[in-house]
Amino acid sequence: MLSISGVHTFYGSIEALRGVDLEIKAGDIVSLIGANGAGKSTLLMTVCGKPRAARGRIVFDGEDITIKPTHEIIASGIAQSPEGRRIFPRMSVLENLQIGATTADPAHYDRDLERVYDLFPILKERSNQRGGTLSGGEQQMLAIGRALMSRPRLLLLDEPSLGLAPKVVQQIFRTIKEINEEQGVTVFLVEQNAYHALKLAHRAYVMVTGRISLSGSGADLLANPEVRAAYLEGGH
Amino acid sequence: MAAAAEHRLDPVAALKEAGLAGFVALMLAVPLAGLETVSAPGGLTINTRWDWVAIAVGSVFIGRLLLILWRERGRRRGGPTMDLGIAETLRTAMPILAAAGIAFAVLLPFLPFADRRVLDIGILVMTYIMLGWGLNIVVGLAGLLDLGYVAFYAVGAYSYALLAIHFDLSFWLCLPLAGALAAFFGYLLGFPVLRLRGDYLAIVTLGFGEIIRIILINWYDLTRGPDGISGIPRPSFFGLDFARSPPPDGHTFHTFFGLDFSPLHRIIFLYYLILVLALVTNAFTLRIRRLPVGRAWEALREDEIACRSLGINPRNTKLTAFTLGAMFAGFAGSFFATRQGFISPESFTFIESAIIVAIVVLGGMGSQIGVVVATLVLIAGPELIRELQEFRMLAFGGLMVMIMVWRPRGLLAFRDPTVRLHPPPRRRFGLGRGKAAETGAK
Ligand SMILES: Nc1ncnc2c1ncn2[C@@H]1O[C@H](COP(=O)(O)OP(=O)(O)OP(=O)(O)O)[C@@H](O)[C@H]1O
Ligand SMILES: [Mg+2]
Repeated sequence: MLSISGVHTFYGSIEALRGVDLEIKAGDIVSLIGANGAGKSTLLMTVCGKPRAARGRIVFDGEDITIKPTHEIIASGIAQSPEGRRIFPRMSVLENLQIGATTADPAHYDRDLERVYDLFPILKERSNQRGGTLSGGEQQMLAIGRALMSRPRLLLLDEPSLGLAPKVVQQIFRTIKEINEEQGVTVFLVEQNAYHALKLAHRAYVMVTGRISLSGSGADLLANPEVRAAYLEGGH
Repeated sequence: MAAAAEHRLDPVAALKEAGLAGFVALMLAVPLAGLETVSAPGGLTINTRWDWVAIAVGSVFIGRLLLILWRERGRRRGGPTMDLGIAETLRTAMPILAAAGIAFAVLLPFLPFADRRVLDIGILVMTYIMLGWGLNIVVGLAGLLDLGYVAFYAVGAYSYALLAIHFDLSFWLCLPLAGALAAFFGYLLGFPVLRLRGDYLAIVTLGFGEIIRIILINWYDLTRGPDGISGIPRPSFFGLDFARSPPPDGHTFHTFFGLDFSPLHRIIFLYYLILVLALVTNAFTLRIRRLPVGRAWEALREDEIACRSLGINPRNTKLTAFTLGAMFAGFAGSFFATRQGFISPESFTFIESAIIVAIVVLGGMGSQIGVVVATLVLIAGPELIRELQEFRMLAFGGLMVMIMVWRPRGLLAFRDPTVRLHPPPRRRFGLGRGKAAETGAK
């Protein structure tokens, strides 16, 4: 579904991605783990065209999206819940969700909203509350719900568990699984929480300073001693 | 903060604080109020007015003390809850307030005190309300600080004047043309500033405003430079002029309706004209806020990166905000030209932009009623206290400071969530949406 090959991305003269190859099959949950500053967020953003890949190719459903503008990439069926959630603080929960539907066909709007509310009942309760006054976990749910409103075929999630209590983290990961299994959305998940991310993943990648250093099924990587030493020991 | 748990007023500290304020007032008041230049036989001499200085220092000292007392009381009651109370009350009272305001505006010319002066102030206020509503699209909704808004006002005014004089077009034909020209200039300005934000955007728009003014001064052949353009045709009431004596085989407004001639007729007509233009601006903004474009503006103000990740095209979104905002300034400009009958670059200086921005900011960015309240305070207020003469600007400044102290986020700084997003399918004219954006917005 998404194929990334030989992608290099620069911030000025800093080379954040140094030739990334990665493959995402339709229907999978694919996790990407790696240390801080490895370039995980940069990869997600490069898929969305901002910043743009300096070299390499990104193909989504047979279409080369490497040099497309961001809004066209999003409209073609990719949605992103960006790092740090970035919900609209002064707008209501409902308005946040509505803006998420910008690229969707308005005919689906009611059904999509219902779907998000089913997934996150708390959002329905809080639909008139301002986004900025939600708790961290609720904001994360809103960010994911907002991304889902565009009916994506591929959902990019950047650290959905960031700053959340263990219980909420489990709930978020359960929901991601639900989105993937019941709604058939392919998920590309970037996580610091390696244990959960690998457990959930059909396929997983490890990134080290702008390159993919390891890949395999989620279970493989979870059992891999190198991965355990670097990302899992010391409590997950 | 925790030290404030002990809510007792410390008189020494309070006196110190008030004394310091009084000292600052003294330093300011000696040169500003204490010394007055008067022309005397041998040139300018200086008069001293120590009594004025004493009044200034005394009132600042006492005012500061009162402020401290007031602050202490507020702290004891636990400050911010009051704010929520106001917001809640206003929210429920808003529709009634708005309806009452419109009813008052409509009836104003028939109220007993509505003389020439009141109507003139009414026209002035409505003009600024319209400009404030127009700029609210750019600054309040889209969050783009535009300090050169007056440029579009000028483009509208000059377009109207030149079209009406050289091509002899009627007001109702010139109005949309002037709006379109101003919108075009808004679009032009939009391009170079797409990547700019905050301070940088403010500086460039400020420069744009000045460029337009300087072009108006220097392009003598077209604009008659600093001399200005006079003899701009007055608008007519569906072809009926507001003149005293009718043309040989026609009617003027008063003969057609069988009224006695009164110069007030024209003023009242102008008043209603600007009222309608302003209300149209408002209705447009209220409606567009519920459409995808309007939503995108507000989202852009909140977080541009998030917008991009949701498939909003920031370029088109900003351009539509600039273009539409400029269009309304263009309409207001045409009105200004036809009302004055004379325009010159003098009328379009930076201070005008600053006042309009102040109206939007003081009103509470994005609040439509806030614009009205702020205009009444900033425009009608100083007009009504003309008696105060040189103290007018002082009062104006004091008012601004007070608003910023008590309502730092603007008079009405809360926004109501709007209800609906999508117009019914098919009839949609949204922007920033995949394909629709491609064909519709470019
Ligand atoms: N806008 C930017 N300008 C310059 N350098 C940047 C920018 N954004 C990221 N970088 C650099 O690129 C590298 C990769 O950053 P990135 O945000 O992709 O890391 P990450 O893997 O997501 O880290 P984390 O887990 O901490 O979120 C880092 O060295 C970072 O300093
Ligand atoms: Mg990151």
